[in-house]
Amino acid sequence: MSYMEKTDRLGKLWIWTAAVVILLVPVAICLYYQAWPEGTAVLKGLLGVAPIYWTVGAIEVITYTPMLGVGGTYLAFVTGNLTSLKAPSALNAMENADVKPGTEEGEVISTMAIATSSIVTTLVIAAGVVALTAIAPILDSPVLKPAFDNILPALFGGLAVVYVGKNWKLAMAPLIFMVALFLAVPSLASSVGVLVPVGVLIALGAGRILYKKGWL
Amino acid sequence: MKFSPNSIFMYLIAIGVIVFVLAQSAFFLVRAYRRGRELGMSRQLLRRTIVSTAVFTLVPAVSILLGVVTLSKFLGIPLPWIRMSVIGALTYELPAATSTANALGISLSELIQDPKVFSAIAWVMTLGIMPSIILPPILMKKIRSGMVHLKAKDSKWGDIFMSALFLGMISAFLGMVFADVRSGIAGWIPIFVLLCSAVLMGVCALLIKKCGMKWLETYALAISMLGAMVFAVIITPVLA
Repeated sequence: MSYMEKTDRLGKLWIWTAAVVILLVPVAICLYYQAWPEGTAVLKGLLGVAPIYWTVGAIEVITYTPMLGVGGTYLAFVTGNLTSLKAPSALNAMENADVKPGTEEGEVISTMAIATSSIVTTLVIAAGVVALTAIAPILDSPVLKPAFDNILPALFGGLAVVYVGKNWKLAMAPLIFMVALFLAVPSLASSVGVLVPVGVLIALGAGRILYKKGWL
Repeated sequence: MKFSPNSIFMYLIAIGVIVFVLAQSAFFLVRAYRRGRELGMSRQLLRRTIVSTAVFTLVPAVSILLGVVTLSKFLGIPLPWIRMSVIGALTYELPAATSTANALGISLSELIQDPKVFSAIAWVMTLGIMPSIILPPILMKKIRSGMVHLKAKDSKWGDIFMSALFLGMISAFLGMVFADVRSGIAGWIPIFVLLCSAVLMGVCALLIKKCGMKWLETYALAISMLGAMVFAVIITPVLA
């Protein structure tokens, strides 16, 4: 059995176990405190979020799996914060290591990056929880608020220089479309996750045309 | 059993989940490291990948911790700790909690004391994000075979295809930065922050290429991100 096939099999084992572990959390709360909620309350709550988040979840799986590789995908979808942390981590690591996504070397580097990122995040949150009383006022302070409010532009500015700089012809069409779209409909900012595949489709369409014309 | 969102029982559940996440991450890290060595990748390269990612992750990790702080005001510490360590992100958890609270007609302005309300929120948070866990193992085979087929048919187009995926993601987030420009000068702050980050990354790239500072590759993204965040702290009081 090849490394990729074995990774797929082990990854499935881990992610199904993770699904059970995650489901056991509310089950344990209900059993221990004898506090099963009313079905209608859960259903009503779900109606407010499930349509959008189930759609985004499905879109993310299709969009990010080819980028992150087998091991990276199974890990990233369990540990979360995909767009703001795991995908940029994998992207940056593959770029620095000069390996391509989709190759076995890319698979290795992407998995290592996502695993490291998950471990560091988990440890930082754990350390933060221990010292929460002391650090909460600092993290919550109005002085630092602009820094955390702008974490995505701060992250994607640096990433863009590397990636857009390297593939500027391919980047032009999705970039122009997205800037125009957000200028025209600013309220879409809250649904940026849904727009990632739109950007992907435009980049793919433009890429196909440029490739066929021999411009790439 | 007297309920408290901050009970020892809740902390024990949180610790169990956190140990699971760490175990899964360590398992994949070690496995990938070994495979990298088998493929002839140098120890130096693999270690640099770990150090670079660890450094870059620190700041976003603190921002995720901020999510725990936000949610802990009404959910206590252990449940947000679990949710933000596994699959969660504040952008999802907060709407999930708010949606359930609205359905139950309660306020999230203080710590929840009713175990049924608490468990309802825990269920909505859990079920609302389950497709992200269930779909990867179901769709993996199809997506993988599609990628293999694509690469085998035309490897150059396969490479362009992968780049297009990343660029689609990056352009969506770059476009989002422009969403508030019509609200006045304060709406330009994210653009200035983005440009600052880009300039810092450009400077790092120059130093790496022209001055031979290869070691900087490990920290370039962390430096550009942190520098731009400091810049945001400085310019926001002036412009907002």
